[in-house]
Amino acid sequence: MITIVDYGMGNLGSIKNMFKRIGVPSIVTDDLETISNAKKLVLPGVGDFDHAMKKINGNGLRNLLDRKALQERIPILGICLGMQLLTRSSEEGQLPGLGWIKAAASRFPKISDLKVPHMGWNLVSPVRESAICNNLPDETRFYFVHSFYVHVENEEDSILKAHYGINFDAAIQHGNIFGAQFHPEKSHKFGKQFLTNFASL
Amino acid sequence: MLRTRVIPTLLLQNESLVKTVQFGEFTYVGDPCNTVRIFNELEVDELLFLDITATQEKKSPNLPVLTDIASECFMPLGYGGGIASVDDAKAVFDIGFEKISVNTRSIENPDLISKLASHYGSQAVIASVDVKKDIWGQYKVRSHSGHRTTKLNPVEWAKELESLGAGEILLTSINQEGSWQGFDLELVRFVTDAVNIPVIAHGGAGSIQHIHDVVEKAGASAVALGSMVVFQKKDMGVLINFPNKEKLENTLV
Repeated sequence: MITIVDYGMGNLGSIKNMFKRIGVPSIVTDDLETISNAKKLVLPGVGDFDHAMKKINGNGLRNLLDRKALQERIPILGICLGMQLLTRSSEEGQLPGLGWIKAAASRFPKISDLKVPHMGWNLVSPVRESAICNNLPDETRFYFVHSFYVHVENEEDSILKAHYGINFDAAIQHGNIFGAQFHPEKSHKFGKQFLTNFASL
Repeated sequence: MLRTRVIPTLLLQNESLVKTVQFGEFTYVGDPCNTVRIFNELEVDELLFLDITATQEKKSPNLPVLTDIASECFMPLGYGGGIASVDDAKAVFDIGFEKISVNTRSIENPDLISKLASHYGSQAVIASVDVKKDIWGQYKVRSHSGHRTTKLNPVEWAKELESLGAGEILLTSINQEGSWQGFDLELVRFVTDAVNIPVIAHGGAGSIQHIHDVVEKAGASAVALGSMVVFQKKDMGVLINFPNKEKLENTLV
């Protein structure tokens, strides 16, 4: 059972649809007790960084998530903004992030002809092995929508890189904490494989 | 990999998909669910659904149909038709769509674009602009699925929509729609020169060459395909298909 955390931001329906398609039971919930009993968490998110952190800090979720991530060490996957929240900070906002991974999010640089947000399909290249990337084919592509990109402090926390004007971390991992900048739930067979891998961790 | 997004754009009329010519001459295409299953297997980049009668009939988005579509599709999904409020949009986002498109309602109430953009981000808001040449050959924006004429000039209106917070412009040429004769390159160039946000060219695609032309000569960031992806050829029967990806990639550098 995968517990998808509903803190009021994000495409919860599509993530649940994808897990259903790959035959993995999942639940979308904002109930603290259900989250407390979770064995695997997905932290989705679309929208503004500070707005998301306020929601997480504001309703008792923060301590619970810290416990699940840092003490119980269950697998947690942050998707899109959810991945940026795993970092220490973002140029999008003032509030600190969850800080579980030594990384930060920055705005894409102003390069002519580079439209921001980065929106569309893009290729990813693996930079190290990770169980969440098992069996991804060559030329794996994912669907991205984001105006800020994550860069890790320790390169060993980066598992997939992508290029859009600059190289950035498309997927990151530190121990039990995983982040995907792209939307696996919207990325056809590539996303199916990625989420299947997360479900089998 | 293809940088230019090529987006099958499907027209909903109640529970069915239809295809039109110049916004008239409705042809039944099929059941939305069966159709999107095929597009899902074809692994298309993105799908856009436009309910062409919702606004005129003052109906909200048909959530049961959209729910069925979203549960079959594992690609980016956009929807337009009858979205008159943030609540209407929320219902569509919650199902699993990530973009909504607004046309007539943005003309009646431009503030709606700003509200949607501030709630969901510009990337989630497509401003749809339908354009037809009037009898003097001037481009004019039309509303209500092309039924009503407005005084708006498409270039000025597109700029206004960008400043209101729209993330993309879906620019439809009513004259070319369903014609297989190619996009209105002049119209698309006028708009792409005037705005910085991506412009999705729609109306007239009949070949890969047309797609190439509107991207290379008119600056379109993306193209919307109608007839080409639901019919075998002009004046032939329904066949859900997608242009050969290798040919597309070779054409669109």
